[in-house]
Amino acid sequence: MPDCDAVIVGTGPAGATAADVLTSAGWSVIMLEKGRNHLLSLDAPFGPTGEISNDELKFTRRHFLGPDPLLEPRTYRRNEAEGDRIMVGDVNNLPSGVGGGGFHADGKLPRFREVDFHAASELGPIDGADLVDWPFGYDELEPYYAEAERIVGVAGDADANPFAAWRSGPYPMPPGADMYCAIITAEAATKLGYHPYRAPTGVNSVEYDGRPACNNCGFCAYYGCPIEAKGDPVAPLRHALQTGKCVIRPESYVTRVVLDASGRQARGVQYLDADGVEHEVSARFVVLGAGAFETPRLLLRSEIGNSSDLVGRNLMFHFQTYSLGIFPWRLHPHRGRAVTHLMDDPMIIDDATRAAAKDADLPYFRGGLVEHGGPGAPVQEAIHLPPGELHSALMMSSMTRDCMAAFTVQGEDLPQPTNRIDLDPQVTDVWGFPAGRVTYEPHRHEIAASRYWAPKLEHIMREAGAESTFSVTSPPLAGEPGEQVPGFMTPLSRHIMGTARMGAHPGASVFDASQRLHDVDNVLCTDSSVFPTSTGYGPTLTIVALAIRAARAVAGLEPLHSTRTPPP
Amino acid sequence: MYLEPSEHAIVEAACERLIPAVEGHPGGVALGCADYIDGLLGAFLVDPPRIWAGGPYSGRFGGDASFDQFTPLSRLEELAWRTRIEGSQGLAEREFNGPVIGWQERYRDGIMALGDDFCTVSREEQDARLDAVPRFAALLYEHACEGAYGAPEYGGNHDLEGWRAVQFPGDVQPRGYSDIEVSGRD
Repeated sequence: MPDCDAVIVGTGPAGATAADVLTSAGWSVIMLEKGRNHLLSLDAPFGPTGEISNDELKFTRRHFLGPDPLLEPRTYRRNEAEGDRIMVGDVNNLPSGVGGGGFHADGKLPRFREVDFHAASELGPIDGADLVDWPFGYDELEPYYAEAERIVGVAGDADANPFAAWRSGPYPMPPGADMYCAIITAEAATKLGYHPYRAPTGVNSVEYDGRPACNNCGFCAYYGCPIEAKGDPVAPLRHALQTGKCVIRPESYVTRVVLDASGRQARGVQYLDADGVEHEVSARFVVLGAGAFETPRLLLRSEIGNSSDLVGRNLMFHFQTYSLGIFPWRLHPHRGRAVTHLMDDPMIIDDATRAAAKDADLPYFRGGLVEHGGPGAPVQEAIHLPPGELHSALMMSSMTRDCMAAFTVQGEDLPQPTNRIDLDPQVTDVWGFPAGRVTYEPHRHEIAASRYWAPKLEHIMREAGAESTFSVTSPPLAGEPGEQVPGFMTPLSRHIMGTARMGAHPGASVFDASQRLHDVDNVLCTDSSVFPTSTGYGPTLTIVALAIRAARAVAGLEPLHSTRTPPP
Repeated sequence: MYLEPSEHAIVEAACERLIPAVEGHPGGVALGCADYIDGLLGAFLVDPPRIWAGGPYSGRFGGDASFDQFTPLSRLEELAWRTRIEGSQGLAEREFNGPVIGWQERYRDGIMALGDDFCTVSREEQDARLDAVPRFAALLYEHACEGAYGAPEYGGNHDLEGWRAVQFPGDVQPRGYSDIEVSGRD
């Protein structure tokens, strides 16, 4: 008898959702999480730990959510010509404790659009990118999106975004309070012909699922929620624990996936506990939900699933462009949900963008979702200002915090096989295993889209009243400030995707359309490693929707179906 | 605390040059930046160590005050933070990727480089000496900023004057903000 029906690696949105679905279907589940648990009590009634707080130092300066780069360094280089690495330390570190990346997210949860699932065939190839269609379309995923919004608890306005894909029903909650800075930039954008809308957000606007409405404290992005108004991933983890069929083991570092003698079946996983003692958990299914950085690292370490040589390849972030406006009055962006409006316009291809693309020798480009928000707390502002006589005056006037509004473009990042995560040949983690190494350069598509949209976004800022504007990208473009500075040279985006893509053909993908390894029968992946493309939208809701779909399938549950809501 | 009084005075004077007092802003001395740094360098002189303040509330906007109840570290977290603060000191468990120079050593060397007379020389001379040790000055500046504008339970931001100077209310749970405060112009 195996120890459980499914052992799940990782407790973020991918693992938590799988646990929720599988335990609801009666499966027994053991969840292994390499980080600590600061999220919720693991004893009934599974309430908050009380460790989450409005504390900028703890959450943004002192690695409270992990991983600590001294224990788990990652390495980075832009291309192989730069040698083994050009930096060691924090590279796109998503939280590594119970709750994973959902813990610190500010909860913007857009769906992808229909075209995103078949961009390769509809929009065409782009030289230098390995664009492929997803193995299924939006219509198949829609009911899972709806279920994801119900599980997490998403507040939004179904009619707000004119470019949105069709929906089978409304959001579970209406939107919450709009931030003042986003109101004025959204009004300016509308005046200039763009289409901003109130963001679908996984933050309660009313009491929902036993959790309270958000009280707008402002410590949202990069923080946990002290009052549990953010649903992801507290809601699915608590649901799973309440079934009595889920055990969460924090500080449990999975070292490898273990196969049986046939090599086609996983027997379970081996892991080290907090004291470094090795254990093995046997299971009927192994579910990988460690995220698109750690999942390929585990597969490479385990030497499984890589007959396609695609494990780790096609690494995608979002190529972020920040267009910032400094206003002559205070905008108090530290109040509210960090971002309250979105804008899809850069994802829409029209004659103007086609002409700009042609000038850049591209058939087309797509930018990404634009987030309307602002900066948060003051330590972050302070360390980016110069020391000395200017410091105190600039901090008091707060041009780069309290008087600043920000657009963040989640620029679509095209898949390139040379962009990858592999195992560093020298640097190790504290357990002695090779560190994950990122090799990454943006495609010229991302750069062209950024250069096209940044001045337009600055125009919106000036229309809203900004006295000065500027734009920067992450990673920095060649020759721009920060290009050689550790901490700035790596992509700041915490959206990581594509490192074990799914598809119909074993030679061209790692996981099949049901998110099961082509090479091993009973290994499932529910995280964004499986994304064939990044699109220009935040990945979390799609991760959750995919996890529901994949977990239901292995549990033998009927596929979900939906129909379009008739137009009013 | 960790720093000797003379060292504390030098750190304090240096922080004042990095975050000077001006009208409306009390500056690095009054904000207690040196106290913050002293608390950080001596984090393991108390148990639990002064690394992560507790939660969920400070008591400043309601709820029971718990920030001052620091969170215990796990074995590996203690390893990381001792390495970061104390350096690897030739210990194999801290040197799996090579030696690490800790903040305590960097401060000792930095304070020595600034000179015993740092507190008494002119501001111009103080600035010149800081410019001569740019890597230490950069570390000191980051820590001074954390001390000036972080939660006061870490030892700085005395009397919340750092937040007051920059019109930041700090942690506001469990009160939060009303919808009108979020959406309206002040």
